[in-house]
Amino acid sequence: MRALDRKLFRDLSALKGQAAAIAAVIASGVMTLIIAVSTMDALSLTQQRFYQEHHFADVFADLKRAPDSLTERLREIPGVNQVETRVQAAVRLEVPGFADPVRALLLSIPDGRQPLLNQLHLREGRLPDSSRSDEVAISDAFAEAHGLRAGDALRVIINGRMTTLRVSGVVLSPEFIYQIAPTDLLPDYERYGILWMNRRALAHAYGMDGAFNNVVVSLQAGASVAAVIDHLDRRLARYGGVGAYGREDQSSHRFLHEELRQLRAQAAILPTIFLLVSAFLLNVVMGRIIRSQREQVAVLKAFGYRNRDIAAHYGMLTGLIVLAGCVLGVALGVWAGTHLAAMYTEYFRFPELRFRLQAWVLVLAVAVAAGAAMLGTLRSVWRSVSLPPAEAMRPEPPARFRRSALERIVPNRWLDQGTRIILRNLGRHPVKAGLSVLGIAMSVGLLVMGAYQLHAVDYMLDTQYRLVLRMDVDLTFTDPTPARVVSELRHQPGVLGVETYRSAPVRLLAGHREYRTAILGLEERPRLRQLLDVRNQPQRLPPDGLLLTEYLARDLGLEVGDSVQVEVLEGHRRVVRLPLVGVVEEPLGVSAYMRRDALNRMLREGPVVSGAWLLVDRSLEPALFDRLRDLPGVAGIGMIADAERNIREYMGDTILMFALVFVLLAGSIAFAVVYNNARIALAERARELATLQVLGYSRAEVSAILVGEIMALTVVALPVGWAIGTGFAWALNQAFSMDMFRIPLVLTPGAYGFATAAVLGASAVAAVLVVRRLHRLDKISVLKAVE
Amino acid sequence: MAARTDRPAESRVSKTVVFETRNLTKTYRMGEVEIHALRGVDIDLYAGELVVMLGASGSGKSTLLNIMGGLDTATGGRVRYRDQDLTRASDTALTEFRRDHVGFVFQFYNLIASLTARENVAIVTDISRDPMTPEEALGLVGLEDRMDHFPSQLSGGEQQRVAIARAIAKQPAVLLCDEPTGALDSKTGIRVLEALEHINRELQTTVAIITHNEVIGEMADRVVRLHDGRVADIHVNARRCAPAELHW
Ligand SMILES: Nc1ncnc2c1ncn2[C@@H]1O[C@H](COP(=O)(O)OP(=O)(O)OP(=O)(O)O)[C@@H](O)[C@H]1O
Ligand SMILES: [Mg+2]
Repeated sequence: MRALDRKLFRDLSALKGQAAAIAAVIASGVMTLIIAVSTMDALSLTQQRFYQEHHFADVFADLKRAPDSLTERLREIPGVNQVETRVQAAVRLEVPGFADPVRALLLSIPDGRQPLLNQLHLREGRLPDSSRSDEVAISDAFAEAHGLRAGDALRVIINGRMTTLRVSGVVLSPEFIYQIAPTDLLPDYERYGILWMNRRALAHAYGMDGAFNNVVVSLQAGASVAAVIDHLDRRLARYGGVGAYGREDQSSHRFLHEELRQLRAQAAILPTIFLLVSAFLLNVVMGRIIRSQREQVAVLKAFGYRNRDIAAHYGMLTGLIVLAGCVLGVALGVWAGTHLAAMYTEYFRFPELRFRLQAWVLVLAVAVAAGAAMLGTLRSVWRSVSLPPAEAMRPEPPARFRRSALERIVPNRWLDQGTRIILRNLGRHPVKAGLSVLGIAMSVGLLVMGAYQLHAVDYMLDTQYRLVLRMDVDLTFTDPTPARVVSELRHQPGVLGVETYRSAPVRLLAGHREYRTAILGLEERPRLRQLLDVRNQPQRLPPDGLLLTEYLARDLGLEVGDSVQVEVLEGHRRVVRLPLVGVVEEPLGVSAYMRRDALNRMLREGPVVSGAWLLVDRSLEPALFDRLRDLPGVAGIGMIADAERNIREYMGDTILMFALVFVLLAGSIAFAVVYNNARIALAERARELATLQVLGYSRAEVSAILVGEIMALTVVALPVGWAIGTGFAWALNQAFSMDMFRIPLVLTPGAYGFATAAVLGASAVAAVLVVRRLHRLDKISVLKAVE
Repeated sequence: MAARTDRPAESRVSKTVVFETRNLTKTYRMGEVEIHALRGVDIDLYAGELVVMLGASGSGKSTLLNIMGGLDTATGGRVRYRDQDLTRASDTALTEFRRDHVGFVFQFYNLIASLTARENVAIVTDISRDPMTPEEALGLVGLEDRMDHFPSQLSGGEQQRVAIARAIAKQPAVLLCDEPTGALDSKTGIRVLEALEHINRELQTTVAIITHNEVIGEMADRVVRLHDGRVADIHVNARRCAPAELHW
C-alpha cells in the first residue's frame, strides 16, 4: 500500500466517531430518498400496469335508469372508445359471526364473463357462473377482513328481501384499489365491501331488466375528458343522470393520486434536508482537517505531489465516509421500503406491490449523496491544493484577537478569565461560530417539526371527533324521507338525541374551478355536527346562503360574499347561484353546508331528510342495532367510534410512524452536529487548554472553558432553531393539506420544549465525551507537537 | 562582487551552473506594509558543490532557498535551473521540477504525524523515478532501529534525521536544507552533516545548507552570507573539512 493511502486510513481511524456520525446522517438521507422514490415508483408503475391490463375506465356516470338501447348512442359520442353499462345497488348484508351492520355496493358484470372495462383480477375461485343467480365475486379486502373464501355464504338484503348468496371468487378491481364507502374518509373493510353479480340476476331483483343505472366509458387516445363528460351529461340528463366525472373525481383514483403527490413531496424535502446537513457537517469537519494539515499538504507538494494527487487524497477521505453512509442507507432503505410496501398493500389493493431497488434509484441516491459531499468538501479541498507550499510551511501566524462585543457591553469585573476566553474564541471566527449555530439550529428545527407532527395529528383527530362529530351513530336512508322520522327514531331503545340532515350531491363552480361534493342541510344550530369558526367555536347557520370548508373555499378561490354556482346532481338537477356566507374550520374532509329548510326549498321539495345522527346510550346499542337493521328505509348505519378508531390506526401506521422515525433521525443529526462541533472545539483548543492546565488551572476549570464554548453555541442556536422549526412546520402543513385531512398548524410549548431538551441532552452527552477525551490527552505531547 | 573569486577551488566541482539568479527580489505585502525579503540577489550554484548559507534571522535565507526549490515564486528578477526558467514556470511545471530534481529538508522537520518514519520516507520514494529504499535512506542517517516509530515517539533530532532521509531517498540532483542541524546537539548534528556530505560526494548532488552555525561553513566549498535580502559576501574555502573535524 502506498504511504499516502496509509495516511488516509490512519486519518480516518482517528476520526471514526465524527466519521460515523456523518455517515449516519448521510445514511438517513439515502434511506429516505430510496424509500420515497422507490415507493413512489412502485406505486405509480403498479397502478399504470393494473389500469392498463384491466382496462380502467376514463369517465364514470350514475343515473336513475336508462334503456339498454341508449348504449349504442353513447358509443357514438366523439372520443368514446368503449362503453360498459352496469346495474348497481347499495345493499346491506350480514356476515355470519359479525354483529355490526355491513354495507356493500352490488355491481353487475356481464353474465359469466369479464366486463369490457374495469375488469376483475381473480385472487381465488372464479367469476359467478353464467347460469347462477345466487353467486357473487367479492372484493379481496372484504374477504380478508372476514376470512371469507370461495363457497362461503352471505346474507344480503336485496331490494328489501333477505337473500342468501354464495361466494364464487375473490377479486381485485382497478376501480377499488382504494376501497372506500362513498361518504367515508378511510377504508373500513369489515363494514364495507364490493360484490359483483351477474347482470341478469341483479337487474331482475331491482326491476332493471333491459336497463342500466351506471355507465363507464374509456376514451380514444387524445380525446378530451371534459368534452366527453359534457356529451354524456347531455345524453343522460333525461335518464336521471347525476353528472359524469373523470378519473380525478373517482374516489379510488383520487386517493392514490394524493398519496403519490405526498410521496413526491417527501421524496424531495426529506432527503434534501438530511443531505444538506451532511454537506454542512462534512464542510465543518473536512475544513478543520485540511486546515490542521496545511503543513503536511505543503510537504507533499514540496516533494512533487501534484494538486490532483492531493485533491484525490482528501476526496477519498470524504468518499469513504460517503460510501459507508450509502451502504448503510441502502441497507436501511431496502429494509424499511419492504415494510412500507407491505403496509401500502393494506391500503391499496393491487395484484402485487413489491419493493424493488431499481438500479436508477440506487444511482440517484448515491449521486445525490456524493453531490452533497462534494458541495461540503469542495471548498476545503480547493483551498488545500491552492496553498502555495512555502506559505503553508510557515507556522500559522498567531490569530488576531479582539475584545468581543459582549465584553465591551458587560462590565469587566463580571467576566472571569474563562468566560473571556470563550467569548474571544467565538468572536475570532464569527463565520465558523455562525455556521455551528446554524447547524445546531437546524437540528432543533427538525426536532420541533417532528414533535409538531406527533402532536398535531392527535390534536386534529381530537378536534374532529370531540368538537365536530359529536354523534355516535350516522344513519343514512335509501331515499329522502319525511323529516317527521325524528319522532320515530327518538323512541328507539337507547336513543338520547336525534338530529336529521339533508344531503345532496352537487358540483360547485367558481370561475373555471370546480369541485364535486355534497351539500349538507342542517338545523340552525346543529349540536351533533358542529360547524366551527376560526376560534373553534360552534357557529349558527344563517337562513340563506352557503358555507364551505375553509380549505375548499380557498381551493375554489372564493371569499365570503362571493357567489358560487351550484349544480345539483340529482332530482331536478337545478343550477343556482348562492352567496358564500361563511367558512367552516374542520380538519378532516371537505363539504358545503346550508340550512336544511333552505336546501329543501332549493331542491323544490318538502321537508325531507337523507339521514339522521343519533346520540345513544352505549349499553343499549345491541338492542338499538337490532331495531335499526329492521327499519325498511335505512341504507347504512355508521358508527363514529369505529371510524375514529380506523383513522387513528391509519394515522398511526402512516404519518405518526413516519414522524417517529423522523424524530429519531433528527435526534441523531442533532447529536452528530453537536458532537462534531465539540470535537473540533477540542482539537482547536487542545494546546491552549493544556497550557492552562500546566499553568495551574484545575481540570474542572479547564473543562468549564470547553463545555462553556459548546453550551454557548447551543444556547444561541436554540431560539434560531425554534424559528426554523416553526418554518418547517409551516412547510409541512402546506404539503399535508389535502381533501382528506389538513394537519393544523398548532405548535405547542411542548414541541419547543421537547426539541430544546433533546438538543441540550445531546450537547451534554457530547460535552461529557469530549471532556473525557480532554483528560486523556497527553499534555506534554500536545505542547511539544509543532502545530 | 568579483566573479573570479566566487568559484569553488577544488577541481572536482564542475563549472556547470545549476542555479543562476539575477537581481532576484521578493516582496511580501502585509496590508499596508511591504516587507522586502530579497532585494536583488545574484548568485550561481555549481553542479556537485556544497554551499553553506549564513545570515542573521530574517535576512532572507529561507526565502531564497524556497524560490530556488520552486516552492515559491519571485517578485522580480530571474532564476534558472539548468536550461529551465523557473521564474516563468507554471505551477504544474514547478511541481514536475520538484518531483524530478529537488530534495528538501525543512527548518521545522514537517513530518506527517500519522505516518511512521519508514512511511514518511516512503511517501517520497513512492513517486520517485530511481529512489533508494526507505530502509537504506534511514540507514544512512543511523535510524535503522527506529523505522516503525511515529514522529511523536521520536526525539527532535531523530525527527530531523527522518526528514533528511526523506530528502535524500529520492537521490535528487539538488538538496536544499533549511537549518538541518538547528535542533540537534553537536554529536547528532555532525552525524546529519556526514550524511549530507556523503550524498554530495558519492552522488555529485548539489547541496545547499542554511545554518546559523559559522563552524559548519568549514565543510563547504563556498560560504554565502546574506544580509538584509542581499548577498553580502561569498567566501571560497581552499579546503573542505570533513564533518568529523568540526567542533561546536
Ligand atoms: N509569508 C510571509 N509573509 C510575510 N513576511 C514574510 C513571509 N515569509 C517571510 N517573511 C519575511 O521575510 C523576511 C525573510 O524571511 P526568511 O524566512 O527568508 O528569513 P530567514 O533568513 O530564513 O530567517 P530565520 O533564520 O529566522 O529562519 C523576514 O522578515 C520575514 O518576516
Ligand atoms: Mg529561515
